[in-house]
Amino acid sequence: MNRKFGAFWLVGLSSLLLVACGSLEQRPEDMPADGGIAAGELPAGEGAESGGAQLGGEFGTAPLTDPASPLAKRVIYFAFDSSDVTPEGRDLIATHARYLAQNPEISVVLEGHADERGSREYNLALAERRAKAVERLMTLQGVGARQLQVISFGEERPVAFGHDESAWQLNRRVELLYSGY
Amino acid sequence: MNALRVLLLLSVLLATTAQARLSIEITQGMEGAMPIAVVPFGWSGPSAPAQDLADIIRNDLARSGQFAPLEVQRLPQLPVDGRDVNFNLWRSVGSDSLVIGRLELRDGRYQVQFQLFDTVRGVQLAGYTMQADAARLRRVAHQIADIIYQRLTGQRGAFDTHIAYVTVENLEAGKRRFRLEVADADGHNEQVILNSGQPLMSPAWSPDGRRLAYVSFEGGRSMIYVQDVASGQRKKVAEFAGINSAPDFSPDGQRLALTLSRDGNPEIYVLELGSGRLTRVTQHYAIDTEPVWAPDGRGLYFTSDRGGRPQIYRVRLDAAGRPLDTPQRITFEGIYNASPALSADGKRLAMVHGDGNRFRVAVLELDTGTLRVLTETRLDESPSFAPNGAMVLYATEVGDRGVLEAVSADGRARQRLRLNKGDVREPAWSPFFGE
Repeated sequence: MNRKFGAFWLVGLSSLLLVACGSLEQRPEDMPADGGIAAGELPAGEGAESGGAQLGGEFGTAPLTDPASPLAKRVIYFAFDSSDVTPEGRDLIATHARYLAQNPEISVVLEGHADERGSREYNLALAERRAKAVERLMTLQGVGARQLQVISFGEERPVAFGHDESAWQLNRRVELLYSGY
Repeated sequence: MNALRVLLLLSVLLATTAQARLSIEITQGMEGAMPIAVVPFGWSGPSAPAQDLADIIRNDLARSGQFAPLEVQRLPQLPVDGRDVNFNLWRSVGSDSLVIGRLELRDGRYQVQFQLFDTVRGVQLAGYTMQADAARLRRVAHQIADIIYQRLTGQRGAFDTHIAYVTVENLEAGKRRFRLEVADADGHNEQVILNSGQPLMSPAWSPDGRRLAYVSFEGGRSMIYVQDVASGQRKKVAEFAGINSAPDFSPDGQRLALTLSRDGNPEIYVLELGSGRLTRVTQHYAIDTEPVWAPDGRGLYFTSDRGGRPQIYRVRLDAAGRPLDTPQRITFEGIYNASPALSADGKRLAMVHGDGNRFRVAVLELDTGTLRVLTETRLDESPSFAPNGAMVLYATEVGDRGVLEAVSADGRARQRLRLNKGDVREPAWSPFFGE
């Protein structure tokens, strides 16, 4: 089992290298120094020297601990039996994606959850699909695959314990858990 | 004085280690159930015997919904020997069947005798002598109830079987304690076989009733373990990237069907437990999960939302566990059908059936396609057939608490198992032991 797991990681790492090499060949001028983010994903007209100021502007000086930071909201909610991201969810994901793309050393766990209705096993799968929907959007917005980890808890870790829609809507969610915060 | 101190200490210990206990209550009886009298068993020892056998037998028979045992106060005589039975008396109180018995202690072991009579014809239908130590007396009572049940209904009894389930206790500071437990089918003799601070789900019995496969989050995410029930020894059998869940033992006990998302999204696989060899069964971008084996080992039923909503599908397998055909959808009524559970004869499929508001247990007759909803609760989960197919055990929510309920396969008899504290969920009824 461990050997298989190891092999899986090797395959994963080598495909990351392949992706990096591919973009290096196609668009060498777009490759940032760290190899993680394409410059095209940064706001237009912002050069490397003004990037720091822009960062401080949007996310503040304590982006992950300041309750007034746009990153303070870290939960994306979903409709019943759905993994479609709502417009509000998209905005929140985009905010976090910008921060993560600018800070490739920071990683986040995307923890998928479901409400209690129906099958526990199906809900485990559904909650993973929700977390993967968030992962996909973040990757498309320039977040490195290594910065994101998906874990599903299905309906096993509710935040609200009632048995009606007011509790269920809070439990159908993906939580963004920044490591160390 | 010293003895008193020991006693006090003992009772304190008992109080602090006392854990949540299951209690059972019949919530819906059955009209037209067969009247039967079970006379208190004769006993001549110095103090009361370790168990009230007649009471255990009476409760077993009542829970099945097939029998209406007479109350002890209404019994016209209390014979303990067949020669003392007056059949006219029993006919006059409308009891067509009569059970009598006696037990005695010989060299530290109980000798149990019982007889079953047809009072209408005045003949003995069954008579046995059994031996047991005190710890096994309850089991003897269940075995007697099984013999009575089989003799009078023609169907094998399932009282001498077990259930596995998960209990959840809420602790301070939002922490929870999860326990995987096994108990007798009537909820007695609960034993904790796994204790965890992280969620546990989906226990599944091996066909010989000796092992349980289950999903544990103790490693921070879902992984599958197989545990020997008697010894407690266990082995992690699936810890692939993504979710590892929904284990179900093959009928030969050598393989597990399970759900893995290691290749991107949840798919059904077959894992050979001996070699660790993995065979992928489904190939679809939708969710495929909750596989259960057909009794011949040549097919799987599973939940998939490939049609847009969760429904139950069937795929045929070759001897190596490879798929032989494209999965066929087999549920069409209702917008949500999941958690398939097959009866041991493979003819009926229990499931969680959602109509938009409620999630109730339903049973589909696979030959005719007839679907029957068995419950009126709204948050039912995890149905599991008794090994004789006569009852379906499931989890539901009553008064903000997770409870287990069992319903007869015709929906007419029902009982509830609840904990004195916390929730109980994820039931799995064992097969007949040793098969």
